[in-house]
Amino acid sequence: MNFETTIGLEVHVELKTNTKMFSPSPVQYGAEPNTNTNVIDFGYPGVLPTVNKEAYRLGIMVASAMHSNVSPYTHFDRKNYFYPDNPKAYQITQSEFPLATDGYIEIEVNGYTKKIRLEEMHVEEDAGKNTHGTDGYSSVDLNRQGTALIEIVSKPDIATPDEAQAYLEKLRQIVQFTGASDVKMEEGSMRVDTNISLRPIGQEELGEKAELKNLNSFNHVRLGLAYEEKRQTEILLAGGEIKPETRRFDETTGQTYLLRVKEGKDDYRYFPEPDIPGFHVADSWVEEIKSQIPEMPDVRRKRYVSELGIPEYDANILTQTKEMSDFFNETVENGGDAKLASNWLMGEVNAYLNTNKIDLLESNLTPENLATMIKLIKDGTISSKIAKKVFQETIKNGTEPKAWVEEKGLVQQSDPAVLVPLINDILDNNEQSIEDYKNGKDRAIGFLVGQIMKATRGQANPKVVNKILLEELDKK
Amino acid sequence: MISKEEIAHVAALSRLKFSEEELEMFTPQMDDIIAMAGQLQEVDTTDVVPTNLIVDEVNVFRNDEVEKMQTREELLKNVPETKDGLIRVPSIIDKEDDNQ
Repeated sequence: MNFETTIGLEVHVELKTNTKMFSPSPVQYGAEPNTNTNVIDFGYPGVLPTVNKEAYRLGIMVASAMHSNVSPYTHFDRKNYFYPDNPKAYQITQSEFPLATDGYIEIEVNGYTKKIRLEEMHVEEDAGKNTHGTDGYSSVDLNRQGTALIEIVSKPDIATPDEAQAYLEKLRQIVQFTGASDVKMEEGSMRVDTNISLRPIGQEELGEKAELKNLNSFNHVRLGLAYEEKRQTEILLAGGEIKPETRRFDETTGQTYLLRVKEGKDDYRYFPEPDIPGFHVADSWVEEIKSQIPEMPDVRRKRYVSELGIPEYDANILTQTKEMSDFFNETVENGGDAKLASNWLMGEVNAYLNTNKIDLLESNLTPENLATMIKLIKDGTISSKIAKKVFQETIKNGTEPKAWVEEKGLVQQSDPAVLVPLINDILDNNEQSIEDYKNGKDRAIGFLVGQIMKATRGQANPKVVNKILLEELDKK
Repeated sequence: MISKEEIAHVAALSRLKFSEEELEMFTPQMDDIIAMAGQLQEVDTTDVVPTNLIVDEVNVFRNDEVEKMQTREELLKNVPETKDGLIRVPSIIDKEDDNQ
């Protein structure tokens, strides 16, 4: 019997706001425990939550970028659960009428494209953080309690672990371009829950699903799902049945392990949040937000290829983050040759950022300076060898390349009036090499070029040197 | 009719423990409450459009501006046990529910 796999993903993304979803407490990573809290986060009696406008705005932005339909009014629900990470004993979320419904993310994987439809997306509050001691106590820090999240729920349209990874990469890229979040899995600003089930091909009804936890990277999601696909196939082929259970992915073994069997449905007793009556979301505001969505990566990528002649692969890398893509755009707008700008950003710039473990915007490189440097290379003012020196200086200290090149005397020497006499001097002092050249020993050329470079401290334009050298040699 | 088991289940979800006598007392009480609310079911709502909004307001948001309301010391006054600014609670067994 053959099976088909059905995967659904629920992705939580932390929204980049100054304050919490329902309270004006600051959101700030790494603060002293419980200092970014107030009576609302603590759930003191009589307090009233209020909806953060920026969180909702970012939610609308993300929803629109994913072609979802934004609800014309707000609605919040209480999800009740009793756990020390949230002293209110409920999470304010959106269940009945979420921020947006439908929409899709288009993925490209192994040479084909596919639209993964979205079920809905909603805003909600995060919970606090527990740490578990060995002395019979746990410690609770409520700084994270109330931080704004958006949860994006896909329809079960994902058919392979590769598609799941492509979906997550695309989702992260779109959110990153909207500026709504840092979307860093390693820092917890993006979290993934997965559901996977198998059914015999042709069967309408979905099979029983397992939920996977502890997936800390896209790669783990793919590996965890691939293992789960294999495990479920083997059980079904052996005539067994899949139980609804939560499983944990172990990155050291690459396998999944049973955490617990789900008995009955989760009993969250949702009901409409009485403290936040719903209100209309102004159409004009939604339209205004839509008009502010930055150009999305797919559009940029296509433009780079068709208008700037950048290879598909390079265009893909340049559009991985908005920062990189914006930087490239500005370099080109400042007159930097597109192909050279792309090569430098993907090569030397990335290497520098990796070595120094910093982000592009943390470096001192500016698009203006990169463009200036590229122009200096392009018009022959500096050699590509000297350019590497200039690059190090400008990315490290933000130095303006043109002035620095002139000040340090790094301008490439291309003037025949200077080079011809210099080359003749060298030829006069190396008669053996002239003879070798005449006898067909090409090695002599390399030696002579080396001498010329030495005499000009590497600043002679290699192209011009070659040309003059051959002309002068032929005169001898 | 609401059962004693349902009352015990709801109590467990809220980490409440009732004695057998309390369960015997609460079950009919809860049943009465639900029956009273159940009177609403008698109203004929055919052709009534569901009310999603009870107020006709637009964009009632709070601006995203930080406001320091209470100090940690004030907030922790009602916490039974603290350590280094953290709230101390009995060890949590179901660790997998963290970060949900």
